[in-house]
This record gives sequence, structure tokens and C-alpha cells, in this order.
Amino acid sequence: MLGNEAIARGLLESGIDVAVGYPGTPSSEVLASLAPHARGRFHIEWSVNEKVALEVAIGASWAGARSVCTMKHVGLNVAADPFMTLSHAGVNGGLILISADDPSCHSSQNEQDSRVYAKFAKVPCFDPQSPQEAKDMVAYAYAFSEKHQIPVLLRPTTRIAHAKSDVEVHEVLPRPKKIEFKKDVERYVVLPKHTRVLLKKLNAKQEAMRGELASSPWNRLDLRDNARLGIVASGVASAYVEEALETLGVPVSYLKIGAYPIDPSLIKRLADSVERILVVEELTPFVEEQVRMYADDVMGKMTGDVPHEGEFDPLLVANMIRRAAGRPLLENREVRLDFELPARPPVMCAGCPHRATFYAMKSVFKDESIFASDIGCYTLGTQLGAVDTCLCMGASITIASGLSFSGLKNKIACTIGDSTFLHTGIPGLINAVYNKADITVVILDNRTTGMTGHQPHPATGETILGEPSTEISLEAVVKACGVQSMQAIDPYDLESSKAAFRKAYNSEGVKVIISRQPCVITSKRMGIRRQQYEVIEDLCEGCKRCIKYGCPAMEVRGGKAFINDSCAGCGVCMKLCQFGAIKARGA
Amino acid sequence: MDRFDLLIVGVGGQGVILASDIIGKAAVLEGRPVRSAETHGMAQRGGAVENHVRIGCKYGSLIPAGGADCLLSMEPLEALRFARYLSPKGIAIINTEKIVPVTVSLGKVQYPEVDIIIDTMKGLCSGVKAENYTALAKKAGAVQALNVAMIGAVSKYLPVRADTLKEAIARSVPPKTVAVNLRAFDLGREA
Repeated sequence: MLGNEAIARGLLESGIDVAVGYPGTPSSEVLASLAPHARGRFHIEWSVNEKVALEVAIGASWAGARSVCTMKHVGLNVAADPFMTLSHAGVNGGLILISADDPSCHSSQNEQDSRVYAKFAKVPCFDPQSPQEAKDMVAYAYAFSEKHQIPVLLRPTTRIAHAKSDVEVHEVLPRPKKIEFKKDVERYVVLPKHTRVLLKKLNAKQEAMRGELASSPWNRLDLRDNARLGIVASGVASAYVEEALETLGVPVSYLKIGAYPIDPSLIKRLADSVERILVVEELTPFVEEQVRMYADDVMGKMTGDVPHEGEFDPLLVANMIRRAAGRPLLENREVRLDFELPARPPVMCAGCPHRATFYAMKSVFKDESIFASDIGCYTLGTQLGAVDTCLCMGASITIASGLSFSGLKNKIACTIGDSTFLHTGIPGLINAVYNKADITVVILDNRTTGMTGHQPHPATGETILGEPSTEISLEAVVKACGVQSMQAIDPYDLESSKAAFRKAYNSEGVKVIISRQPCVITSKRMGIRRQQYEVIEDLCEGCKRCIKYGCPAMEVRGGKAFINDSCAGCGVCMKLCQFGAIKARGA
Repeated sequence: MDRFDLLIVGVGGQGVILASDIIGKAAVLEGRPVRSAETHGMAQRGGAVENHVRIGCKYGSLIPAGGADCLLSMEPLEALRFARYLSPKGIAIINTEKIVPVTVSLGKVQYPEVDIIIDTMKGLCSGVKAENYTALAKKAGAVQALNVAMIGAVSKYLPVRADTLKEAIARSVPPKTVAVNLRAFDLGREA
């Protein structure tokens, strides 16, 4: 089972009533795996963003329902506003917020640590070591959440969420439930007068939670006779530690942390029995800071013995421990080559409509314009020189506006995907119109949430269950935001696309271009088969104009262009060729 | 053999995840603990992908560098990229069909000769098996069955029975393609 599937199984076994979230790697498969079980049993939705999702979950919880809200670490920034106050008002039905962290930024713009948010909000956090533990934590976390009337954070990292393992499952049993909303203004209306009281209650809960978690199965202290070294490890790093200890040959006392807040008694008992402690944790020195309060000789990130950045692996961790224990280090295997290994960066797919849009945009706006962009497949437009900025979800139109207000003389065009536009792009567009920015906004409408695995969104007119729903019209939304100049284009039609960009380039104010063509992966899955293209070798002059377009279906073979089998049949290369050397296969 | 660490690498879209799924499922069918780590999201879009599969493992899903008993590479270049994971005692099974990266098409760097790749790999481990498994998959009936043809190739070394692997294949691929995939498995195993 995938870690995310294991979590979904844990949720099913716990009898959830409401499951919500916004897609983001590595969290997306939790809701995707729940969806097939939802019909008639519980409510499930892809929400438009994480803040909206969490607020929906909170409403359900306040009515007594068990809810779950999934997102990736950076999504918690979007949901931080309700999250920080929710800890005060507390929950009724159990509420688990899953925020998946991504050490090494495999698929993220930063590697922030959700444990810090949990501490910030004074909320307990569960940090699983394996998919099995992630699943088992869910049932515990719901009971804990309901007992202490507090939301809980479950924080899998990439190597949990996207790890697979054999997982022991329990039965899915019906859970008796009572859904009702009991009015309680002093709790649910956070006027300052009420909040001051709620904060006291929240603080009072902390000690009881710490004590209970100290004796939970997630935190485990293993004291060894004659051990001079103690190790504290959390999350997936604790799995690497346990693997390394197997062959170390030196007695080591070990504290495994899987749930926060940590009870100081655990750290004190370890510190009293050993001379030195090594803290092994990914991301921030979160546990280390607490260990340092009770122990003097501590090795970790703050002493430079453990790296601050990136993901751990078993060899790295084994050598941290060997260094601390005075054992010889294991050699890292290096492979030296006497030639350069070609990089294989992720690219937009063969036939991707985004590439065509970027091409048309750049051929009109040229290099001297500035291109703001956003989070999605289209961030890969950097490879075409069509993405100059990318900060966070929804920051395309707003950054472009800021550039426009700065007094720059350059033309400014920004790109944002359909899902991202609905996520947090709309307020930015309203702001741009209202405050009179001079920008061209390109909505790259590929009819799906491409990067994270093709989740539907409100403009696709389909729910997570595949049921038809009201299709939000991007055109109507754009118009309602006050945009006067709007054009819709088919990016595969290069000439009319360029004409639209020229019109936008030559006019002032906020211009919106909606570039619409379904993602090539979804269209393939829907059974749409386009005619593939080929190069007529005799006509090819080897100018590489088509190669520079950057499509992975285009190769150079013997100095001439060649189209391989990954061709999706968009036909843009044919329009690029000045010599008429590219034709539909068999035409 | 108690434990077996297998690294499966290739290019996004080649079916690396499905291949590791099938092997993992087979291990579970035989009651063995198994861990695997896979590549998702941005890293997957036509980029280099790596999946770790650890049979008989109760710890984390990542294989330590120099620890893999076998490197299964669906593309020649990718074998070199991930060779540091392979144990000097391990073996490499390599598909010889190239997928040219955009960096090569754009003329920024040259694709090394496949023979050179294979010779280099021979110096790094105890044995290399190189075949055009893409051609074998085509012969079986579908180029998409490349990943299963390569499972056939590695099946001789895995501590899992071939029958169990076939059962896992039948449970994992689209029903209409079971026959083609089983044929690809046999061709890969015999090659």
C-alpha cells in the first residue's frame, strides 16, 4: 500500500464523515484513494484552496462529524489563518489536518517543516515512521482529537506518503455518530472577549496532551546498559536510525519521537543515562531545540553534525551515528565518468498546449518583456525563457501587478493555470483591475489540475466522484472581475494565438487571454487520438527551428529533424517549419 | 536469500512505478515484508525517475548507496545516472533502447555511445545484462509492456517465484493486456 493509501484506509476504518483537500504532491493520493469508497457514505470534495478546505472541515467538525483535510506543507500557509484560531475554538468531531512535508523539495517550492506550525498553533502533531504507523496513527489521532477537543496534525513526509509497504489493516466498522450543532457563542464566535478565555483553555490542555503522548506507542524510549551515546530520532529518519543500529556494534540508547508535544521526562531520562546525545531529524532542528534544554553534549544541526537541508538516506544517517560513536565511516559509492552525463530535467510533455502558448507569447512579447508565472506544470516554461518568477500558488497576477506598479517600462505578461486561477488567482485579478495594473494575464486552461495527477476543479464541471456539476465559466469570472479585454484562443492555432497576443501587447490595462486546450495526458486517456507527424527528410534543411521549440518528440538524427513515437499530434512543429518539411504521417 | 534491494530506474512515463508495484505485490503474495519508494509529481514529467524496492526489509524504503543487489534500468543513460546505488557485487539489467533527453536534442551535450555505457557499467558491478527489451515488448504485442519484459529479465534473480510474479502482473495490468504482458514477461525471462 502507498503511504497515502494506508492513511486513507486508516480514515475509512475510523468512520469519517467529511474529507476535503486541495491537491499537492506528496499529499494528493489520500483523497484520491478515499473517493471510490465515498458514495453514500461520506462527503468528499476537492476544494478550491486549502483555506476553504479547512474551513469546510471545521464546519463539519463543529457539527460533530469526523473530518479530514489534506494538503501539502505549503498549502498550510494558505490555511494558516483558520488553523491558528481553530486551536483556540477547538473541535467537536475529530479533525485531522494532513500536511505532507517534502524534504529535498522533490516537487515543491520550499521545504518548510509543518511541525513548527503545529507548535505555533499549540496543536499536537503525529510524525509517522512508516506507512503502517501513518495508518495506525489515524485512529489514535481521532480519539485524541475528540478527547482533548483539539485538531491534530498528521505530518507524513515524501518518503512516507510515497513509500509503499505491506500494511496490516483492520476492519471498517460502522461508527455510531451524533451529528448536531449545539450553539455556543462563547466558543464558536472568536470575539476578543471570548478568545482570551479560549486561549487559557488551550494552554491548560498542553500538559495533559504531553503526558498522554509520552506513554503512547509513538514515543518510545529504549535505554541500554553501558550506552554512552543516546540517539533521538523522529519520522522517517527513525527508520534509517534503526537500520543503522543493527550493524553498529556499540550499545546505544534510543528515543524515538513520533508525536508532539514531547514530554520532557522522556528526554531527561535519556540525558541522565548517557554522556552524549545525537539528534537525527529532517528539516528544522525542532526536536533538537527541546533536547538542548535538558542535555549538555548534544550533536545535531546546531553543531553542524547533521545537515540543515535536504532529505536523509540510510547511508547519511549511518555515518552520522558512526561519527558520534567513534566508529569508522562507511564509504559512499562514487561513480567517476570521463564524459559528461546528459541531464534529463522534467519537461512539458510532447504536444503540451502550454508550450504552444508560451511560444506564441514569446514570439510577440520577446525577451525584453517580463513573464511572471505560478505553480503548476507550466512552471517548466523556464526552459523556454517564458517564466521569470514563481513564488507560491496564486502569485502570478499579483507579482505581475507589482512589477507593473514599480515603474518598469517593460511589457509584463503573466501565466496561471485554470486550477491555480480558481485557487488564489481571482482576488489577484480583481486587485489588478481595481488598482489599474498594465499587464497581460494568460490563463492556461488545460481543463484539469495537471501537475498533481489530473484532479478535477470547478471549471471542469466534474466532482471528485466523477459526477457532473455546475461548470464555472472562466470567461464569466474574468468578466465579473471587471476585465474589459478578454480573448479566448486555441494554442495549437499558432497564427490566431499570436494575433491575440499582439492585440494584448498593443493595448493598455488588464488584458486576459484564456488559452484553452485539454492536457495531452487527459486527452489521451479520454481516447482522443491525433494524427502523428513526420519529417520529410529531403525537405529538412536542418535549421533546428523545430528543435528549439523544445518538444520531447523532436530529435536530431543525422543532422536532420526527426519526430519520435511520443508525438501527440498537436501539429505546432508543422506550422513552425519554413520549408514545409513536416507533414502528418501518411499524408 | 532473505533480503533483496532492487533499484528500478528509467524515464517518466515508462512504467517504472507499475513495475515496482508488481514486484512488491508478488512479495506480499508470498508473505514477505516489502518497502518501496517512488517518484511522483514534477520529477516525473519525462525526467529521470528512480524507484527503490526492498524485499524482506522492515526499515525505511530508501536503499543505501552501494547497497542495491540489482539495478534494473529501462533506459541506458539512466543506468549510469543511478549506478552509485549498485553494490559492487550486484548486477545491472539494462534496456539498450535510448530515449534522448531534450538537453541532447538541443545540442548542449552528447549522448554517450550505448556500448560505452555498458562497458562502464561492467566495471562497476559483477555482471551486466543488456538487451533491447523495448523490441521484445513490441514482439510480445505492445511497446508499453517494456516494464513487464524487464520484470521477466530480473525474475531470475528476485527471491520471488516466477508464478507469483505472473499472478501479480495479471492483477495489475489492464485486463485486455494480460496476455500481451505475460508474453512479454516470458520473452524477457528467456532473453
